[in-house]
Amino acid sequence: MMRLPPFAYLAPRSVGEAVRMMVDHGPEAMFVAGGTDLYPNMKRRQFEPKVLVGLRGIQELVGVRGEATTGLVIGAGTTLTDVAEHAAVRGHLPALATAAGLVSTPPLRNMGTIGGNVCVDTRCNYYNQSYQWRRAIGFCMKKDGDICLVAPGSPRCWAVSSTDTAPVLWSLGARARLVGVGGERVVPVASLFKDDGIDYLAKARDEVLTEILLPPVDGLRCAYLKLRRRGSFDFPVLGVAVALGLDGGRVKTAKIVLGAVASRPREAAEAGALLVGERPTPALIAEVAEVAARPSKPLDNTDLTHPYRKKMTKVFVARALRRLAGLPDSPRDEEEVA
Amino acid sequence: MSTEEFSVIGKPLARVDAWEKVVGAARYADDFFLPRMAYAKIRRSDHPHALIKRIDTTRANALPGVYVVVTGRDFPAVRFGILPVSQDEEALCTDKVRMVGDPIAAVAAVDEETAERAADLIDVEYEVLPPIMSVEEALAQDKVRIHEYGDGPNIHKAVAFEFGDVEEGFRQAALVREDVFFYQGNTHLPMEQHAAVAQWSPDGKLTLWSSTQTPHYVHRALAKTLQMPPAWIRVIAAPVGGGFGGKTDPFSHEIVVARLAQLTGRPVKIGLTREEVFYCHRGRHPVSMWVKTGVTKNGEILAMHFRSYVDGGAYGSYGVASLLYTGALQTVTYRVPRYKFEGMRAFTNKPPCGPKRGHGTPQPRYALECHLDKIAEQLGLDPAEMRRRIVVDEYTKTANHLTITTCGLRECIDRVVEASGWREKHGKLPYGKGVGFACSSYLTGAGLPIYWNDMPHSGAIVKVDRGGGVAVLCGATEIGQGSDSVLTYVVAEQLGIDPKDIRMATADSDLTPVDLGSYSSRVTLMAGHAAARAAERMRILIHEAVAKKLEVVPGELVSRGGRVFVKDDPERGVSFAEAAVLAETMHGTLACAGSYTPPKRAGKFKGSGVGPSPCYSYTACVAEVSVDPDTGEVTVDRVWIAHDVGRALNPLLVEGQVEGSVYMGLGEALMEEQVFREGLHKIPSMLEYKSPTTLETPEIYTILVETVDPEGPFGAKEAGQGPLLPVPPAVANAVYDAVGARIDEVPISPEKVARAVELKKQGKPARVGPERLPVFTFPEPVKVASAFGEAADPSVKRKTQV
Repeated sequence: MMRLPPFAYLAPRSVGEAVRMMVDHGPEAMFVAGGTDLYPNMKRRQFEPKVLVGLRGIQELVGVRGEATTGLVIGAGTTLTDVAEHAAVRGHLPALATAAGLVSTPPLRNMGTIGGNVCVDTRCNYYNQSYQWRRAIGFCMKKDGDICLVAPGSPRCWAVSSTDTAPVLWSLGARARLVGVGGERVVPVASLFKDDGIDYLAKARDEVLTEILLPPVDGLRCAYLKLRRRGSFDFPVLGVAVALGLDGGRVKTAKIVLGAVASRPREAAEAGALLVGERPTPALIAEVAEVAARPSKPLDNTDLTHPYRKKMTKVFVARALRRLAGLPDSPRDEEEVA
Repeated sequence: MSTEEFSVIGKPLARVDAWEKVVGAARYADDFFLPRMAYAKIRRSDHPHALIKRIDTTRANALPGVYVVVTGRDFPAVRFGILPVSQDEEALCTDKVRMVGDPIAAVAAVDEETAERAADLIDVEYEVLPPIMSVEEALAQDKVRIHEYGDGPNIHKAVAFEFGDVEEGFRQAALVREDVFFYQGNTHLPMEQHAAVAQWSPDGKLTLWSSTQTPHYVHRALAKTLQMPPAWIRVIAAPVGGGFGGKTDPFSHEIVVARLAQLTGRPVKIGLTREEVFYCHRGRHPVSMWVKTGVTKNGEILAMHFRSYVDGGAYGSYGVASLLYTGALQTVTYRVPRYKFEGMRAFTNKPPCGPKRGHGTPQPRYALECHLDKIAEQLGLDPAEMRRRIVVDEYTKTANHLTITTCGLRECIDRVVEASGWREKHGKLPYGKGVGFACSSYLTGAGLPIYWNDMPHSGAIVKVDRGGGVAVLCGATEIGQGSDSVLTYVVAEQLGIDPKDIRMATADSDLTPVDLGSYSSRVTLMAGHAAARAAERMRILIHEAVAKKLEVVPGELVSRGGRVFVKDDPERGVSFAEAAVLAETMHGTLACAGSYTPPKRAGKFKGSGVGPSPCYSYTACVAEVSVDPDTGEVTVDRVWIAHDVGRALNPLLVEGQVEGSVYMGLGEALMEEQVFREGLHKIPSMLEYKSPTTLETPEIYTILVETVDPEGPFGAKEAGQGPLLPVPPAVANAVYDAVGARIDEVPISPEKVARAVELKKQGKPARVGPERLPVFTFPEPVKVASAFGEAADPSVKRKTQV
């Protein structure tokens, strides 16, 4: 079987202690929360930390607080199962409950945390392989090598953002609280990501993502659709998060965020803007979907083909908007419903 | 079901190994821990095709905790392979590697981590050769050769047969149709990764525990590659955590741990990683196929011509048999009076393909059943009704000289048509919903052994203890299919005792008589017969002793309910334990052997050895699907499947086999594919090699049809492989019914369906599939008179004689 490399595991009891440990051990250390992604990656030598700073024992990181109407606060250490099953999340932010509930499998959602999913490593089928496989094909720049195997002429890494929850949080306008050695800061989830497969998080090494702060829910309707081969296990190869603020049938605010089609979640801002002030009619939705697919730039480094993922971006955006507008999934079915 | 006459047979009993498997007490090969045990790791090739220029083990040897490092030079220079005609594998490659993952060197160390680190410290210098990754590339490359043997450069084998004049059949036909199909390769994906433990005793004898389906063949391979007397080698198959054909070859790692154990004087264990299991492979061959059939206006087949282009991978494995199987069973399902088959298997620089559940027959079955669906549509016939009309006749021979005994296919068709509401659904469901139909047949055990010999294929010993306990010793291998249970039921029925009073000792070359292994759906029939015969002999000894005691003749006695008693006076009798004492007193130690050799019914032509079987199972299947035309996603909602199992020795186990086959067939139909990029397996992990989960598994309605075949023990035929066969074409035909698009290749991925739907929208032919075939000239066919319609040999047992 594949074995873990040797490492030291530290178990801080507070965020402050965790940050200090991280600073003390420098680049040899990594944070670990649920460990559902990190440990398998260590077995494949994608990560080779000498020290792991475990966040599991820090009580202050766990739990959902507050009211949806004034803004929920979700501890980053809350498991995906607890997020997916939380009554207020399900009732008011169904897209978030859906996204959390679609991550991997039930046992992994019982271990994995929402903070871990937001920060989850980018993926690429040239990179998520054993050390021996990567040696055989020639190491890539994300680990042990110096070129990108999916785009060999490229100076950067094109590994794919594979978080389900971040596109939803972004579409909802959520913020993230980061606590580091220099104090704490609250930033929009949207600004947490960088467009690079290696350096994909705008978070300092010593910073702990402690909380997700959600805005008050007010006439907000949201949806998340995930493309993957199977109903379980699989990371997204396309995620579409849509949040519409509706006012008397007209769209007041619209955010469409695409996951798993670039190294970071991408907002289809131009498409969202087309909706503002308008009624979401089938014709407008078709136009918006067309525009929304433009920022979708999948490459050949995940399951399913990239032209298909690009094509499905349009289908999924249309479908998500149609659901929020109370329309059947496909224009073909409109007559039946009518 | 007619089970009244039996106490055990036909009852839905729990498996005999249920408890130990449910509570985790079963000891699989990787669960073995022996004192002072070392751990092995194999260094594998980084290149798909290369010469090995130098192997330097200095750095690995210097690592603390390393006991020994070996290369191919540390083994006798002998090659091995499962078929005598394809001895092309080395324990460790000496001069050349033929795929990424080929074994080059091995380490034994104090623990697995150290062994892995040491394996990575072995320095290998290669001279890289051009990789050959497809049949087309194999044919285009005549200078670079993967092997030095075969029927041409990179052609492992090319065959051609013609049974009757097919051209004449085509001339008489009302419709002649040709189609081209491709069936992608896929792998077994057993839950258990291969593992083996070797122990070398101080007197120079070897014991190997392994997760293998064929301990007898491993035994032979070890003797050959280690140049040891077979008498000094003991091979024990541990309970196998899923085989499906993936553990049917002898493997490099089994030979390697044996040698490492010898060199270190320690027990040595190896447990493969999932990635290494993908390199062992021996799974489904990718096959391109062309089929041409001439039919009457009623759909009666007049002639069929079938061509297979088989991508074999880096080694021979079972490939010659696999290739022949792509042409062997087309004639066993429907009446085909004239038949021509041409096939070729190419070597490529990929993990070797071999036998996966259905061995070489799911690919042609896909082609044939999709092809027949198109023919039925062209003729304006209902595809189920058309097939029902052309089912083979019982107790006849096929064009290619295979003997049909019982055939329950018509009943299977009627039952699934009825249960699924086929007539109300086919062609009548709303857009996006559809039903598809397919049939199949499969062998119940290969009629010929892997290596030429006239000995039995299966043997069993039944031993009775003075306390009434019964031990059954048999070489059969429990791979999760329930062979231990089936053999227990057979013996329990014969001796009239509770299955719980029987202990199985199986798959141990020192203690158990040879059984050829758990492959070709042979165990229930062959080992079942051997155990039944051994038990019958034991019953005769027991009845003789009891008859003397009770002062009756043995013919008046029956054994049932743990007693031996007078049939017409059940009060007069003794318990089985008392009977055992009487019998041992009379006869001495109570041990009886039984064995089974299949009937010799192969045709008299070269290549006739693949296809014959004592009897064939039959299956009919209806799949109901929903297709999302925008995304191309196919959801299988329901599957109805009727299987002619001869007799279900335990209906619960048979249903389990049928459901497992459906599930595996759906994986092949919809998503599984063994694909390569830059010479490497693209996705060698359980996460990225997509196989269905419970969420993708539909409601499965299993119907068992019992024909009680005179060839099978208690009438049983196979159930482990046949039910997979009709599933992929039934799904393809259902997709056509749903959205009018033909997907002439598996997997039927959402992208292909979406593309076909798009083509239809554009008014183009709504088909996605191969556009051309490899260019290859087949040899002149061996012409053999068609045996179609001839009566089965007089040696064939008939039902009326039972």
